[in-house]
Amino acid sequence: MPEKSNNQPTPEVQPPSESGLRWLSAALLLVLFAGLASAIMSLPVGTSGLSGEVEAELANSGVSHAVTAVLLNFRGYDTLLEMAVLLVALIGVWSLAPATAAPLTAPGSVLERLVELYVPIMLLTAGYLLWNGAHAPGGAFQGGAVLAAAAVLMFLSGRSLPASLEAWPFRSTIALGLIVFSAVAALLAWRRGALLDYPPAAAGALILLIETTATVSIGSILAALFLGGRPGDGR
Amino acid sequence: MAADDTRVSAVTPWHFYALLGVGLFSLALYTFIVQAHLLRKILAFNIMGSSVFLVLAGLAGSPAGEAPDPVPHAMVITGIVVAVSATALALVLMLRLRDTSGRLTLPEDMGG
Repeated sequence: MPEKSNNQPTPEVQPPSESGLRWLSAALLLVLFAGLASAIMSLPVGTSGLSGEVEAELANSGVSHAVTAVLLNFRGYDTLLEMAVLLVALIGVWSLAPATAAPLTAPGSVLERLVELYVPIMLLTAGYLLWNGAHAPGGAFQGGAVLAAAAVLMFLSGRSLPASLEAWPFRSTIALGLIVFSAVAALLAWRRGALLDYPPAAAGALILLIETTATVSIGSILAALFLGGRPGDGR
Repeated sequence: MAADDTRVSAVTPWHFYALLGVGLFSLALYTFIVQAHLLRKILAFNIMGSSVFLVLAGLAGSPAGEAPDPVPHAMVITGIVVAVSATALALVLMLRLRDTSGRLTLPEDMGG
C-alpha cells in the first residue's frame, strides 16, 4: 500500500467524507486482515480434520474417491440443497428478464471450426469427468461445468436452442437433477428412516444415478444462466 | 516469511495459501465498500467468495504427502457452482436496475 498520509482530501471535487471514508475503510480492513491472518496462523498444524472419519467410512460409501463420497454420501444433504439453490437462482433470473437474442456479430470462421471440433470433445470430457468421479477427482459439478462451457461456445457461435425444445424439454432437463435427487432422498427416508442413508450395496448405483442427472441439470442451468433470462419469449 | 527462521517449522505452504486468501478477501472487501459502480461491487463480491474458497482449500491441506481433508474440498466444489449462479443472478438484477432506472449505482452511492 503506498504511503500517502500527507495527501489532503480535495473537498471541492468530492464530498468531504469520500476520501476519509476510503482511508477509514482501508485502515479497518488492515485490522481485519491482521486479525484473520493471526487466526489462521494460530490454527493447529498437522491435524487432518475429518480425513480419518472419511477414510474409515469410505468402504461403505459406494465410491472410492473421498471428495465424491463426502459430496454425495456423507454430506449429501448439502449437495441436495445446493442443487435447489442453483434452481432458485435460475428461477430468479427467469423472473427478471427474457433471454437476450443471439449476439449480433457474426462468428468468425475460426470460432465456427473450433466449435465443431471442441463441442464433441467437451461432451466426451464431461462424461469422462462424471464417470471418473467415483474413484478420482471429477464428478457432477465438474462435468456439468464442462457441459455448460460447451453450450456457451455454441451460443457464442450463433447457435441457439431449437424452439421446439425451449418449453418443457429444456425445463424438465433443468429440473431433472433436483427431482431425481429429492426422489432418492425421499425414498431412502421412507425405507430406511434417514434422509440419504444409502444401503451400502446400492450406494454406488444410486450415487451414479444422482450424479448423472445432476451433471445434465447443472450443465443446462449454467447454460441457461448465461442466456440471462427466460428463453422462448422476447425474440 | 523465510527471514523468520525460528517459526518456519510451524508455517506450512498451506498457511501461505490461506493467508493469500485472507489478503484477497480484504482487498476485495475494500473494493466492495468504496466502489460505487455495481459491476465492480459484483466482481468484488465474487472475488470475496473465491478468496474464502482459497482459505478453505488451503486449510484443508495436510503436511507431507497425505491426502488433504476431503470435506472442505467438497464444500468448495459445490460453493464454486453456487457462487457462479449467484453472480449471474446479481448481474441480471444489475441489468434490470439499468433498464428501469438508467443507473448503475445504488441511490446512496450517487454522490460518489
